[in-house]
Amino acid sequence: MASDSIEDRTSAPCETVREDDEDGPQLQQEIDKKQVEQREEEKLKSKYPNLAKGGGGSALLNKRLQKGGQKYFDSGDYAMAKAKLSAKSKPPPPPEKIIKAEAVGETIPTPENIQARKPSLVTSKLASGELI
Amino acid sequence: MPKSSSVALPTPLPLPVTTSSSAPTTPDAAKTLSASSPTMKMRLSHMLHNATHHNKSKGNGAELTWCFSQVKGSIEEDVAEADIISCVEFNSDGELLATGDKGGRVVIFQRDKASKNAVPSRGEYNVYSTFQSHEPEFDYLKSLEIEEKINKIRWLRQTNRNHFLLSTNDKTIKLWKVAERNKRPEGYNLKDEMGQQRNKSSITALRVPVFQPMELMVEASPKRVFANAHTYHINSISVNSDLETYLSADDLRINLWNLEITDQSFNIVDIKPANMEELTEVITAAEFHPKECNMFVYSSSKGSIRLCDMREQALCDKHAKIFEEPEDPTNRSFFSEIISSISDVKFSHSGRYMTTRDYLSVKVWDLNMESKPVETYQVHEYLRNKLCSLYENDCIFDKFECSWSGDDKHIMTGSYNNFFRMFERDNKRDCTLEACREITKPKTVLKPRKVSSGGKRKKDEISVDCLDFNKKILHTAWHPLENIVAIAATNNLYVFSSKD
Repeated sequence: MASDSIEDRTSAPCETVREDDEDGPQLQQEIDKKQVEQREEEKLKSKYPNLAKGGGGSALLNKRLQKGGQKYFDSGDYAMAKAKLSAKSKPPPPPEKIIKAEAVGETIPTPENIQARKPSLVTSKLASGELI
Repeated sequence: MPKSSSVALPTPLPLPVTTSSSAPTTPDAAKTLSASSPTMKMRLSHMLHNATHHNKSKGNGAELTWCFSQVKGSIEEDVAEADIISCVEFNSDGELLATGDKGGRVVIFQRDKASKNAVPSRGEYNVYSTFQSHEPEFDYLKSLEIEEKINKIRWLRQTNRNHFLLSTNDKTIKLWKVAERNKRPEGYNLKDEMGQQRNKSSITALRVPVFQPMELMVEASPKRVFANAHTYHINSISVNSDLETYLSADDLRINLWNLEITDQSFNIVDIKPANMEELTEVITAAEFHPKECNMFVYSSSKGSIRLCDMREQALCDKHAKIFEEPEDPTNRSFFSEIISSISDVKFSHSGRYMTTRDYLSVKVWDLNMESKPVETYQVHEYLRNKLCSLYENDCIFDKFECSWSGDDKHIMTGSYNNFFRMFERDNKRDCTLEACREITKPKTVLKPRKVSSGGKRKKDEISVDCLDFNKKILHTAWHPLENIVAIAATNNLYVFSSKD
């Protein structure tokens, strides 16, 4: 059974992930899962060679901590942008998923030129009666 | 099952004829047995069990068949972001169902009385109240917008005629009172019917204002605002069984509040490292134990759940128990940590178990066993070999919730393509159902769906590559007493009930 599945994996491009492999031992299932994941990782690495070194964990943390509303100004970015004018230009960072490619910090926003987000004055469509 | 010693029955009861067939019907049982004999105790406990569980006993845990009941919301190709439902919650008796959306609005539905009392009873809800809970704000210091999206709603247990709920966005929690008004005082002396001042010289006699019935009005008013206690984004709130306190959790801290006090809260968990560069895990969800008011759990992005006891220390940084499944560190992939992050943790109604949701599975843990879950259910294992594309389109970071049925026998969670999964714990049966617009005739039985991942696709099956990853069911709720479920599918709310 195990040898059959190895052959399957190498021959077919899109393999079935066996959900109910009752014959094989639990450990074999776990190993299979890891191999599937590692293949997916290879795919990702081939697309993004400069993947964050921290691994998936740091990508997850970045995602969580940076979630939320739009950021309009970052004093650090602003300082860097000012410094860049004098320093020699560095190549632009590769368009990575991990690095937030946002142009904050170029200008200082003021309350006047930030578009104030108005609350939803419209009543929720759920409250306007059911459709059926 | 209640012990018969706690049942106050002074004299032997004649066994009524109308009890369910499983109660013994020996005619002279009443005459020959006293209330304290063992056989009588068993019969009494049987009677009581059947009396309280008649709704749920369907034999030996027969499989539930789900039918469409209602759908709320509009049909639209381009869904406005504000209309996306971000949480769904039944109150403690299931009479009210609240939804929150990305636009900061809360809509409350009430069980339709006529359909509830019909035979067979139907799960139907009508709009009861709606209000703007949170509004978009701006943090000028950090130059950040604060979204008005409602992250969580939790109801307080009802203690009087009014209903109370807590709703939270990323930064602020609010306590809302939802009250009915069906009378108003009329016959004021100084004001007329329109509220205008009456000409004092025209008043010749005094009268006592009287309450007159009026059309039912449901008013929601904010009673408490709990603000400025969280630096990071609030992901959970949980009301304590002591009915006086509640917790709020953000990525790194958990605070304990008293419902009456808004300008102070106790910090009970703080996992922020001194140096943020050393940060390795964040808090993803937290919940109080349903019965033990001193215990709560919080889950992490690394796949572990920590149980804390507030009696031990003021700051519960040291957990009393930690639940995590051992993993071989050499066998990890880039995705391992992302998919093991727990997106939701829920205690069972009994308080003995808890269920956790990670990206691909739902696990049931016994609080008595920390080493591994007692049950693991695969939600959509076919996505494991799509992790690369799911990472690229950000779907791998989606946070799904999980729910228990009222009797703790079933677990439900959402998936993609508007599919949701139901797991039956006793027989290990599971099914995949779809919330779709095609089925909108009430009482239509939902057909189970199947996803095929291999080359061979059977008829009626849908291929993994055809799944719509924009149609995600992240938020679901199960009625606490009946088999009625509420499913949020983007901007639509579906209500399904089981065929009785």
